[in-house]
Order: sequence, then C-alpha cells, then structure tokens
Amino acid sequence: MHDMSAHAAQHHAPPTSFIRKHVFSLDHKVIGKQYYGLALIAVFAGMVLSWLMRIHLAWGAAPIPGLELLSKNGAPAGVITPEYYLQLMTMHATIMVFFVLTTAPFAAFGNFFLPIQVGAEDMPFPHFNMMSFWVTFTAFLVLMASFFVPDGPTLGGWTQYAPLSAVGKVAGPGQGTGVILWAASIAIFCVGQLLGSLNFITTTLDLRVKGMSLMRLPLSAWGWFITSCMGLTAFAVLMPACILLILDHVAGTSFFVPSNLVLNDQLQPHSGGSTLLWQHLFWFFGHPEVYIAIVPGMGIVSHVLITSMRRPMLSHRVLIYSMGALAVLSYMVYGHHMFVSGMNPVSSLAFSFPTLMITIPSTIIVLIWIGSLYGSKLRITAASLFALGFVSMFVSGGVSGFFLAQPSIDIMLHATYFVVGHFHMVMGVAAMFGIFSGTYFWFPKMTGRMMNETLGKIHFWLSFVGTYCIFMPFHYLGMAGNVRRYSAFVDDYTMRLIPVHKFITVAAIATGCAQFIFLYNLIHSRFKGKPAPDNPWEATSLEWSTPTTPPPHNNFGDKLPVVYHDPYQYGVKSSTGDYVMQASPEQVATPHEEK
Amino acid sequence: MSHADLTMEGHSAGLTSGSPFAIPTKKLAMWLFIIADTMTFAACLVAYLFLRNGTANWPTPFKFSPSIVNVMLMTFILISSSLTMLMGLRNAQAGNKAAAFRWILITAAAGAVFALLHLREWMGMIGEGVTLFHNPWGSGLFGAAFFSVTGLHLLHVTSGVIALLAVGVRYQGGRYNADDIEILGLYWHFVDIVWMFVVPLIYLLNIAR
Repeated sequence: MHDMSAHAAQHHAPPTSFIRKHVFSLDHKVIGKQYYGLALIAVFAGMVLSWLMRIHLAWGAAPIPGLELLSKNGAPAGVITPEYYLQLMTMHATIMVFFVLTTAPFAAFGNFFLPIQVGAEDMPFPHFNMMSFWVTFTAFLVLMASFFVPDGPTLGGWTQYAPLSAVGKVAGPGQGTGVILWAASIAIFCVGQLLGSLNFITTTLDLRVKGMSLMRLPLSAWGWFITSCMGLTAFAVLMPACILLILDHVAGTSFFVPSNLVLNDQLQPHSGGSTLLWQHLFWFFGHPEVYIAIVPGMGIVSHVLITSMRRPMLSHRVLIYSMGALAVLSYMVYGHHMFVSGMNPVSSLAFSFPTLMITIPSTIIVLIWIGSLYGSKLRITAASLFALGFVSMFVSGGVSGFFLAQPSIDIMLHATYFVVGHFHMVMGVAAMFGIFSGTYFWFPKMTGRMMNETLGKIHFWLSFVGTYCIFMPFHYLGMAGNVRRYSAFVDDYTMRLIPVHKFITVAAIATGCAQFIFLYNLIHSRFKGKPAPDNPWEATSLEWSTPTTPPPHNNFGDKLPVVYHDPYQYGVKSSTGDYVMQASPEQVATPHEEK
Repeated sequence: MSHADLTMEGHSAGLTSGSPFAIPTKKLAMWLFIIADTMTFAACLVAYLFLRNGTANWPTPFKFSPSIVNVMLMTFILISSSLTMLMGLRNAQAGNKAAAFRWILITAAAGAVFALLHLREWMGMIGEGVTLFHNPWGSGLFGAAFFSVTGLHLLHVTSGVIALLAVGVRYQGGRYNADDIEILGLYWHFVDIVWMFVVPLIYLLNIAR
C-alpha cells in the first residue's frame, strides 16, 4: 500500500508532443541531457571570460577587438578596466562553480544514469526533477542578465565577501543591481539543487531493483548519492545567506555591514552587522561545494577505471567509506578559507586539524586507485585516459593542499596565485577531466552513437599537457608573491613575473582551442557517429543492460532487471568473456567478493 | 495495471523486505525536506546568535506581560495543534474519515490562530517603532533578526495551514489516504519543534531585565 503512491508517481506514459518530449520533459534522461547542454553553454562562456582575463594580464594595454560592444564602460576602446576585470573574474568563477562543476558531473550524469544504475524506471518525483532543471536554467538567465544592466555584473568575486557585497553601488560598479542579481540567481540555483538532491537520495534508497543492495551499487552511483546528501544540507544554508544579503540591499538591514563603515568618504547608513558572519555562512556551504564538484568525478572515474582495468578496485567498501568521510569532514574544515579573515587564531588551529584529517580519506582514495592500477592491463581509451588525467590532477592539486591547510604557511600564500593554482587543479580541472571521462564513456549510451576515439585521445593529450602548462606556473607565481585578483602588475617584483603570465596566457588560449576538438567530436558524433552497440566497453553495471541504446522511455522495457552480482565482476571466466553483468543470472566459478 | 504490479513486485518484494531503508518514498522525501529545512533554520538562528553575541547594546525588550504571556499562549496553541494533528492521524488510520477530517480542520484553525496572534504581536512591535533597521532600545540588528527568524517560522506555519486544508479536503474526497496525513503531520510537528528553539532563543534570551 505504501509503495503504491510512490510508484504511481514514478510511472508516466511516454510523451507525444514535442514540448513534453524535449522541453518540459519528465524523463530523467532528457533532464540529464538538458543539464549537460546547460553546462556546455556555461563552460564555453566561462572559458571565454578566462581568455579575456588572461589576455589582459599578459598584454594589459592591448585592446581586445569587439569587447567595447559588450561593455562600453568596462572596456572603452577594447581595453579592460580594473573594475571590469573583476567583473569578468566574478562571472567566470560563478558560472564555472555553479553552472558547470555542479551541473555537469552531478546533475547531468547523475540524472541520466543514477536511476538506470539502480534499476529504476525514473526518479520518484519526476515533476520535481523537471522543476529542478528549469529552476536552475532560470538561475543561469538571472545571472547572465547582470551583463546587461547599466553597471554590469558584480565585481565581488564568487565568494561575495561582505561588507563590499552588502552596501550597494558605493562599493563599485555592479555592487548594486549586479549583486542583487547574483544573490537572487544563487538562491534560485539552491532551490533547483535541493529538489535534485531530494530526488537523488530517494532514488538511491527506495527505487533499487531486486538484488541491488547498497554495496552492489556501482561507485558512480555512490558518488552521486554522497554528493546529493551534501547538496541537501549545503544549499539549504547558502539560500538563506543569499536572502539575507539581498535584504541588506533592499530592506535596509545590516546583517553583514559593520557600524561606522566609511566608503568613498561616505558614512554608510548601516550599523552593527558582522562581515565575518557572511564568510561563515558562505564557507559552510562553500567547502562542501568543493566536494560536491569533485565526489561525482571520483565516482565516475572509479567506474571508468574499473571497466578499463578489467578488475575491481582493491577495496570497494573502503573507497565508499572514504568518499563518505570526505563528505562528513567537508563541513568541519570550512574555516580554513578564513585563516587570515581576522577570526580568532585558536579557531584557525581548530579548523586546521580537520583540514589535515581530510587529506587522509583523500589519500586513501588515491592509493586505492594507484594500487588497483598497478600491474593492470589498462585498456587505453579516451575515457580511461581522462580518468587517469583526473587522478593526476587530483594528486597534483591536492598536494598543495597539505601546505595551505596549515595557518602558518597559509598566511604567506593566502590570496596569491598559489591558491588559484591549487583550487583550479584539484577542483576545477580535475572535475572537468571527470566530466570528459564520463562523456567519452557514456556518450554511446546517451545518444546511441560512438564518439571518435582518435580525436578523443588527441583532445586528452592537448588538454593534459596544456592544463599543467597553465596551472603549475601559478604555484610558482604565488610563491614569488604574485597576489591574485589584480588586473595589472606594476610593482617591480611583479613586473618581472609578466613573462610567466604571458606563457600561461598562450597555454590557456591553446588549451581552450583544443576544447573545440571536443565540441566538434561531440556534435559530429551525435549525428554522424558510428551506431553504438548496447555494451561497447564490455561493462557490467545496469546501464549497459537496457534493451535498446539509448534506453527506452522506461529504461528497461517490460521487465525490470534483477541483480545477481556485485557491481564489478571482471577478470572472471564466463560465457560472455572476462566479465559477468550484474543482471546476468550466470554463476561464475570465482566471483569477486566485496571487500 | 499489470505493469505497475510487476514494478511493485520488483521494488518492494525483493529489496525492501527487512531493509532498514524500507520507508515509503514520500515519507522519506518529507524527512529529507525536514533535514534541509533544519539546516536553513539553523543557519538563521546561528546567524542571529552570532550577531547578538557580538553586539554590545543588544536590546532586551520583552516584558512578562504582554510579550511573554502572548508567546506562552501561542506556544500552548501550537503544541496543542500537534496533539490534534495526532488525533487526526489516529482517526485516519482507524478509518474514521469524518473524525479525521474534523481534527485536521481543528489543527488548521489552531495554526491560523497562532499566525493571527503572531501578526498581532508584529503589529504591536511595529507600532512601538521596531523596523528591520531601527528600534527604540538598542542595536538595529534586533529587528532584522527578530522579523527574519519569526517571519521564516510564520511562513512555515502559514504554508502548513494551507497544506492542512488542501490535504484535508483531498483526504475527504478520497484522493489521499492516512499515509499522506502522517507525512503532513511530520511537517507540522517539525514546525512545532522549530518553535521550541525560537521561543528560548528569540524571546526568553531577550526578556526585559
């Protein structure tokens, strides 16, 4: 009786009209693709913004043709002003963090594959799911709208530190309407992700098919499940914080503005608030957000690596527990973003300790990957290369985290390019490599066509080398004292670093251009690619057991699968070769036990 | 229909027998909503305490009469409404449809009275000169914190009353069953529990001395 209503909601007939099929679709697969499309638009927008910044940093006086059309005040005659530089930077970060790193690995792939991997016909609340995408899309439009208001977008950085984010226009162009649009966009975005997280958790816990115990879930499903638990709690804190910020603008409150604040010789009409309060609320969301971006990638990459290695990870269980530990610890470490904020130094120490602790599960995960890879006969595909690239980026970016976790070192490195290099590698590019890996791996199932492997491998090598060329020198710049967020470097010691900036800019443009290979491959393969077989990678999990490729509207046709095996039965002798699918009743002589 | 049966068998028979997660999906979703909403309330209450702690001239305006007496009355009504909600659920589970509907209406009425008392208190405070940024007694933050925290709670009570009426009518019409009453009850009790944090933190901490 209980389940009747839930499953009645989950069932819906295949749509017939174009709008219900492709626009306001209830089908989790269509919604997943919509999220992917949104992320694709957003990532190219974010990339172009980063190019503009890089060009300005390397050749500050050179005009960028056409830019004055986008913003007459921000780039008169095509030369970026310091304020406009900060506006571009803020929009780059906000677009990338929220609309790419959160939407693509979590919302896009998770929506498409989580229900299939657990064996469900759809998510339990398809209407919430549809709303989740359209609310997120609205948030994107609201954010983009800030480019077209008179003062342009906000220049406060994606962290929007108070008080400059809370006092309005006096703090600079874009700090009035721009901030309000930014905060409104993010609050709307939070609603979308809360709805998504609700669906992900209920799907994972309630809609698993017969035989699918939690430990039999593939690691990718675990990644999305753990991420949705974080999303449910983290976005619920950011949303009220953004609303309080908007109230400071429109209702005259002073949550984040202290007394006696003088800006541009004007005493601000606010009193009594706390600038630190914003940082606490923001980073309580902000640090879990880092893991919201990376944990789905960990799951996807583990899933891809296992399929390519043809053997399971050294320990399925420990990998899951470590991802869970990351999620729990991510709430206790957020203060490490605030070591130099004026917070009590004792708090810094208290936040430093769990920050060093969180390196333990991270290291365990990396060791499991490397230990499992050791001696395996890896099948080299574009997907597995990008998975290896993910591991490489995560390690290279993560190692600098050990340094930054300690207040005594962080005081020197804070707000320098060292930090920029650190988080771009460990969170930004690593997550991007996870997205690429997932794309090359799942594209056949999502579209019914294969991607071009050769182009994929070229894309990988250009991106891999290019990324290191961009972000490794950032660490050097930081150690040399190059501060971040400056639009020009005119001090003696920073002038000497400009050749490094030029090198980075060239690398960034080249690496960015290499992404058009991916875009071409994606679009061309979508329409002209080789037709994909049902299971091109000889993989075991349920998404490869669907009766057609791409899967039918209800995923499994008339008959739901039954799960007989742990997720990764590779390297066994069976009638199909060296693997047994989860939904295959075939018994094998030496199945892998969950460890 | 046969298709739905097949699905139900696939889902409930194999998986959920003996599983600790054998909880109906809608109820699970309500619990998840409550978790998220707890975080939202916690963020607001912690922000309020953070600001209060750092403000030297924090006002303590609430006199025993009328403020605290009014709050005690509101608390009594809200807690009692949890009891009437429970009565509604018990009757629904026992199949006494008319009685269940009546108890749900009583619960909604109690929620409405709570909201009206709250609004009356708001109007009184606004009349005394309390705004979002100013009040006659001390730091202007008091009004911002008071109205945003109690406003968020009031929003929940109001939505709850609307939901009670909507679910009640649909239950009466046969579209919803006792499970839906139980799930709505979870929300209603949650709103009640949040109030038990709002009263000591917002009111009792700020009693006039």
